[in-house]
Amino acid sequence: METIDESEVSEINDAGVTDPVKVGHTAMVDRDNRTTIGEILVDNPRMSCRDVNVYYGDNHAIHDVSLDIGRNEVIAMIGPSGCGKSTFLRCLNRMNDTIDICKVTGTITLDDEDINSKKIDVVPLRAQVSMVFQKPNPFPKSIYENVAFGPRIHGLANNKTELDEIVVTSLKKAGLWDEVKDRMDQPGTGLSGGQQQRLCIARTIAVGPEVILMDEPCSALDPIATAKIEDLIDELRQQYTICIVTHSMQQAARVSQRTAYFHLGDLIEVGDTNTIFTNPRHKLTEDYITGRFG
Amino acid sequence: MQQPTEGHTVVRYDGELNGLHLLMLEMGSLVLDQVRTSLTALKNEDLVAARQVLIREHKVDDLEIKADDEIVSVIARRGPVARDLRIVMAFSKTITDLERVGDEAARIASIIEEMYETDRSHPSGQLMRDVHLMGALVTHMLEKALGIIDGLNADDAEEIAKGQVELDAEFRSSLRRLTTFVLEDARNVGHAIYITLIIKALERIGDHSRNLAEYVVYLMSGDDIRHQLRQLQPETGPDDTNDFDDRNEAF
Repeated sequence: METIDESEVSEINDAGVTDPVKVGHTAMVDRDNRTTIGEILVDNPRMSCRDVNVYYGDNHAIHDVSLDIGRNEVIAMIGPSGCGKSTFLRCLNRMNDTIDICKVTGTITLDDEDINSKKIDVVPLRAQVSMVFQKPNPFPKSIYENVAFGPRIHGLANNKTELDEIVVTSLKKAGLWDEVKDRMDQPGTGLSGGQQQRLCIARTIAVGPEVILMDEPCSALDPIATAKIEDLIDELRQQYTICIVTHSMQQAARVSQRTAYFHLGDLIEVGDTNTIFTNPRHKLTEDYITGRFG
Repeated sequence: MQQPTEGHTVVRYDGELNGLHLLMLEMGSLVLDQVRTSLTALKNEDLVAARQVLIREHKVDDLEIKADDEIVSVIARRGPVARDLRIVMAFSKTITDLERVGDEAARIASIIEEMYETDRSHPSGQLMRDVHLMGALVTHMLEKALGIIDGLNADDAEEIAKGQVELDAEFRSSLRRLTTFVLEDARNVGHAIYITLIIKALERIGDHSRNLAEYVVYLMSGDDIRHQLRQLQPETGPDDTNDFDDRNEAF
């Protein structure tokens, strides 16, 4: 049993059923009964995580999470605020390295190679496992330069023609080409929110990733822009593996093939999205996705 | 009554789902009353009661439309998932089955009118014996199914499936006996046709009752047991291997 700062907590009883229990400002979580329900393994995974723990100083943010991420699949990570889903996502391309007090243990492999190995250079790793953030963050440069920047610094193009081709292809894949082809020299920041987010996705695609991490990519967008991004995610799945963190249950249900539910730093349940949204096996999962999280 | 949901952050959502449950129970209660009244009318040769069933049938239809409207509204506005989704799906199918039970009760009432309105001779008690027996069986199954819906407790589902097996056996036996009566005295043909239609309606009500129990099992556990309870049918013995089974399929 260990203590976690939370105003409201859940205690697991013998039947594995969680009852909300108020214990002042301290959460008592019986870790022995929080084994992940569902199949964490997939055949021929793109990424594999085993016994991943994350600490922010003394705060143990993620507990022994093991999960495979399959090729050409969209896996949605859901859970209440502070459950560790974004922290876990950031482990997948070592974004947590940028936080001094953060310590990550366990094994995370990309195509069977340990990404935390000392011989791994984090810069190309983040090109292989790239990230799209909650808020569109285009560089204060032209649309063309926003996309060309990555391939240029990674040396992915030998000449201007090749670079142009990468830019055009990436914008096409991001479903933005038709909307910007006549104004490539205009600032990326002048686009609408949805277009900016697709520009960021084009920028991500341009460096040739294998895995795309998306941390609430539609939370700042209107429904039409959200629909375009979701449609794009479905297209991109043909070529890439996508891990998406979302607070929208419906979005997780719409875009993903597998869903992982996190709670208080534990991976509670993982499984086929259809099953999770029709017949989840863990009460915590059911309570959360039906809006009865207590 | 067991409330299907509670504890939702949006309290009104729970209220809507629980309201649907109440509406379904109201419909179930009305339909059960329709079945009982039509069977009593049959027993007492009571044309007034039969007409009462026919008059009240629109109330069942109105409740079906109201429930469907509310289900569409919940789906559109709340986007139910997990157990909530199963509740909505199970209730939607339950309402359809209840409406069909209401139709069968009305069908029996119509036949009663046809049978007893004319000056023709009434069917003998011997001919009607199986109808009353099947009526009692079906009423018990429907009551049990509605009890399961009320308490949202699927423990008795198998008992209903067994009742259905008994009902099917009774249906086959009744058909055999009716054929015998017709062969013995051709004047029984008219009554035998009416009685066949009535016992077929009762057999359908039994099927719907079993469906209702299956929906509650799905709601509570997520397990879709449709077409599995049916496998509780006993193996066909040598005495049962006759053409009546084939004829039953034709209904």
